Amino acid sequence: MSYVSAPMPLDPAELHGDRPSERKIAKDTVFQIDDLTASYGRTPAIKHISFGIQGRTVTAIIGPSGCGKSTFIRCLNRMNDVIPGFSSEGQILFHGIDLQGKDVDPVSVRRRIGMVFQRPNPFPKSIFDNVAYGLRILGMKDNLGDRVEHALKRAALWEEVKGRLKDSALALSGGQQQRLCIARAIAIEPDVILLDEPASSLDPIATSSIEDLMHELKEDYTIVIVTHNMQQAARVAEMTAFFSISEGEDGARHGVLVEYDETERIFTNPSEQRTEDYVTGRFG
Amino acid sequence: MASATASLSDPAALRRRGRFNPGDAVLYGLTLVASLSALVLLVLIAREILVDAWPAMKEFGLGFLTSRTWDPAANVFGAATFLFGTALTSFGALLLAAPISIAIALFLTELAPRWLRGPVGALVEMLASVPSVVLGLWGILVMGPWIVEHVGPFLHRTLGWTPFFKTEPAAGSSFLSAILILTIMMVPIISSICRELFLNVPRELKDGALALGATRWELVRGVIFPYARAGMAAALILGLGRAVGEAIAVTQVIGNNEAITWNLFEPGDTLASRIASSYQGATTHLMVSSLVYLAVILLAFSLVVNLLARVIVTRVAARQQGRT
Amino acid sequence: MNLTSEHRRRRRTVNWIMEGLATLAALAAVALLVIVVGSIAKRGIGAISLDFFTKTPSFLAGFGEEPSGIANAIVGTFIIVGLAVLMALPVGVLAAIYLNEFAPRRVQTAMTVAFDVLNGIPAIVIGIFVFVFLVAGHGQAGVKGAFALAILMLPLVARSTQEVLALVPSAMREASLALGAPRWRTTLSVVLPMAVGGIITGATLATARVAGETAPLLFTTSLATNAVSWDPSNALASIPMFIFTSSEQADPALQEQAWGAALVLITFVLVASMIARAFGLRSRRRLSGGR
Repeated sequence: MSYVSAPMPLDPAELHGDRPSERKIAKDTVFQIDDLTASYGRTPAIKHISFGIQGRTVTAIIGPSGCGKSTFIRCLNRMNDVIPGFSSEGQILFHGIDLQGKDVDPVSVRRRIGMVFQRPNPFPKSIFDNVAYGLRILGMKDNLGDRVEHALKRAALWEEVKGRLKDSALALSGGQQQRLCIARAIAIEPDVILLDEPASSLDPIATSSIEDLMHELKEDYTIVIVTHNMQQAARVAEMTAFFSISEGEDGARHGVLVEYDETERIFTNPSEQRTEDYVTGRFG
Repeated sequence: MASATASLSDPAALRRRGRFNPGDAVLYGLTLVASLSALVLLVLIAREILVDAWPAMKEFGLGFLTSRTWDPAANVFGAATFLFGTALTSFGALLLAAPISIAIALFLTELAPRWLRGPVGALVEMLASVPSVVLGLWGILVMGPWIVEHVGPFLHRTLGWTPFFKTEPAAGSSFLSAILILTIMMVPIISSICRELFLNVPRELKDGALALGATRWELVRGVIFPYARAGMAAALILGLGRAVGEAIAVTQVIGNNEAITWNLFEPGDTLASRIASSYQGATTHLMVSSLVYLAVILLAFSLVVNLLARVIVTRVAARQQGRT
Repeated sequence: MNLTSEHRRRRRTVNWIMEGLATLAALAAVALLVIVVGSIAKRGIGAISLDFFTKTPSFLAGFGEEPSGIANAIVGTFIIVGLAVLMALPVGVLAAIYLNEFAPRRVQTAMTVAFDVLNGIPAIVIGIFVFVFLVAGHGQAGVKGAFALAILMLPLVARSTQEVLALVPSAMREASLALGAPRWRTTLSVVLPMAVGGIITGATLATARVAGETAPLLFTTSLATNAVSWDPSNALASIPMFIFTSSEQADPALQEQAWGAALVLITFVLVASMIARAFGLRSRRRLSGGR
C-alpha cells in the first residue's frame, strides 16, 4: 500500500521540491495538505505543512503543547475562520477541492467535515434535541426519530439514554456527553470526523469507551484525532503525524510537521531524531 | 451508514452561492441598523433642539448665560438665575451626598457582616428606584412642612449668622428642599459605583496594610481611597450630572421663583425645573425658543459630564493595567 | 506604625469614630427609605378602593367635589408604557446582538459609547426633543410620549442584553458552527434561547424604571381629558402626570388621591424590580455555573 509521503525535509524553510505531481497519490486520499501555513495576525502558528490523510483510517496528530495541532485540525473544517485576524496560505485539497478556495462555503465544508471538541459542549437542550439539531438545520427531518436513534447507537450511547431522550443533556456524565457530541456530529452523515483531544477531560473508563468507538467508526468515516497522549495514538490510530515546535530566523516559534508514517513505525523505528526524542520521552 | 462517497459525487456542493449566506446578511443588516439607532438619535436630538433654540440663540447670544432677566411680557429672557440655581442646588447636594455615599459604600464593603451586606445594599438600591415624581410629592407634603416646623428654625438659630440661613423658613419650597431631595437621589447612584470600586481593590494591597497593623480606617484612607480615587471622582461627576438633569422632583419642591441668593430658605429655580414648570405652555415663540435654549445648556452639560467621567475611567484603567 | 499605647489608643478612637459614622450613614439611608415608603403607604392606603381603580377623576375644581379614581391614568400608563416597550425592546435586543456577535472590537466600543451617552441625557431634554420633533405644530399624543420613554429605555435594554449575550459560552457557538449551521442560525437557535431569561429580566427592569418617569411626558402627553381613553393618537393620562399635577394642588382630598397613585406606582416599580432581579440572578447563575 502506498500512501502519501515524501521524505519530510529537516529544514522547513527548504520546502521546494514537494509538489503534488511528484508524489504518489494514494487511491483513497481524502485530504491532501500542501504547504499549509496558518497565522493569527502576523504570527504564524504552523508553517509549511504537507502530507496526505487517507480515508477510512484513523490518523493521529501528536506533539508537544504549542505545536499547532489544534490550529491544524481546525483548518480542515474552516473553524479557524471565526477567529478574527486568522489567515492561511497553501492548499487543503479535500477530494481534489481546495477547502480554502475563495469560492468554497465554510458552512458547507463543516457539514461534510464534523468536529468534536476537547470539552464536551452539548447544548442545554434535551438529548434528543441535541442530536436532532444538525438534522433539523439541514432539512433532514424525515424519520427524525430513527436518525437520532441510529446516531446514538453508532456512538454507543443508545442503551444508556433510550428511556430518557427528553432529559437535559447536561444531566449526563462527562463521557456520556462526549459520546452525545459524537452522535450529534455523525447524525448529519459527514465524511470526516475531526476530534480535538476528545478524551482529555474524561476519566480513564470514559476515555476507553471513546477509543473503542474510534475502531468502530473508522469503518465508515475518515477520522483525524489530535491527542497529547501517545499511548492513545498507539491504541487507536493506523497513521500518525508528529508535529513539533520550530524556531524561525526571527526567533518566533511555530509548529511544523516533523514526520508522518504508520503508527507502528513512528513509535518503534522513527526516521527523524526529533520524533525519536519525543516518543521516548526525552523531550516534550 | 455514512454515505461517504455518495455525498462527494457533487463537489460543486461545496461551492458558495453568493458572497454571503442570505440569512447571515439579513441578520447582520437588521442588527447593524438597530445598533446605529443610538448614534442616529444623538444626532437627531442635538440637531432638533439646536434648530429650535436658534431663534433665542440668535437673539440673545451668549449673553443669555449672564442675563438675569426672564420676562415673558417683555419677551426678554436670560438664564443666569437658573444657572445659579442649578449650581447652588447641585453642588450643595453633592457636598452632602459625597461623604454619605462613600460612607455607605465603605459600610457595605468593609464593615458590615456578610449576611447584612446583601439586604442593606438592596435597600439602598431601592431608594434609587423610587420615581422622582413620588419623591417630589413626599418632598412637598412631608419634608417641606418638617423643614418649616423643625429643621429650619434649628438651622436658623444655630447657623443664622451664615448667609445660608439668614431668615426664618417661610414655606416648604426652597433651595434647601431641592438640595435635600437631590441628595436623596444622588446617594444610591454614587454609593453603588463606589461599592463596585471598593470591591475591586486588590486583596494583596489590603492584606499588606492589615499585616502592618493598620486599623480599618487607616486601611481605607491609606489603601482604598488612593486606589479608587479616580473612580470615585467619576462617580461624583456622574452623580452631579444626575442632579443637574433632575427636573421633576426639583420643580415640585423648589418654588419656581427667580432668585439669586445664598439664603437657602428662599425659593428659586434651576435650568431643568424652569423648563418643567413651563410645560403648560409658553406665550411666545421666543419664549419657547428660550426654553429650548435652556435644554441646549443641559444637553451640553450632560455630554461634558459623561465624557469627563469616561475619560477618567479609561485613563485609570490603562494606568492600573500597567501597574498590575 | 506608632507603638506607644497612647498613639495606639488615639488611632483606635479615630477608627471607632469613622466606623460609627459609616454605620450611621447606612442606617440613615435605610431609615430614609423606610420613612419615605412608610409615608406613602400610610397616606396613600386611604385612597385605595375599588373605585380608585375603576373611576375617573372628577373635575379638579376643588369645590367640595369628591375626586374618585385614576382609571384613566392607569389605562393611559398601561398603553404608553406598553407602546414604549414595543418600540424599544426589539431595537435594543437587535442592537445588542450586533454589538456582541458581529461587531469588530473598535466598532463595538464606539457604539457602546453612543448608547452610554444617550443614557446620560436628562429625561427632560428627551422630552423637549420629542416635543420639538413631533409635537410642536402637530399636537400631543400618547404614542409620542411612548416614543420619548422608548428613547430612555433603549440604552438600558441594549446594555443588559449585551451583558447576557456575553455570558453565553463561546463553546456553544462553536458547537453549532461545527455542525454546519450558519451564523444567523447559531444566533437564533442556540444563543438567543440561552439568553432569553436575562433579556426578559433586563427588559422588565427597564420598564419599571421608565414607568415612573414624568419629564418625558410633560410636553408630549400631559393635556389629557379625564375620561378613560385607549387611543394613543391623542394625549393620554398617566399615573406620573396625575401625581405631578395633583401634588401642586392644595385640596387635601386630591392629595390623598396623589398618595394613593404614588403607592400604586412604587408598589409596581419595586415589586417588578425585585422579581426581575431575583429571576435574573437565577438565570445568570444557570448560564455561567451550568458547566
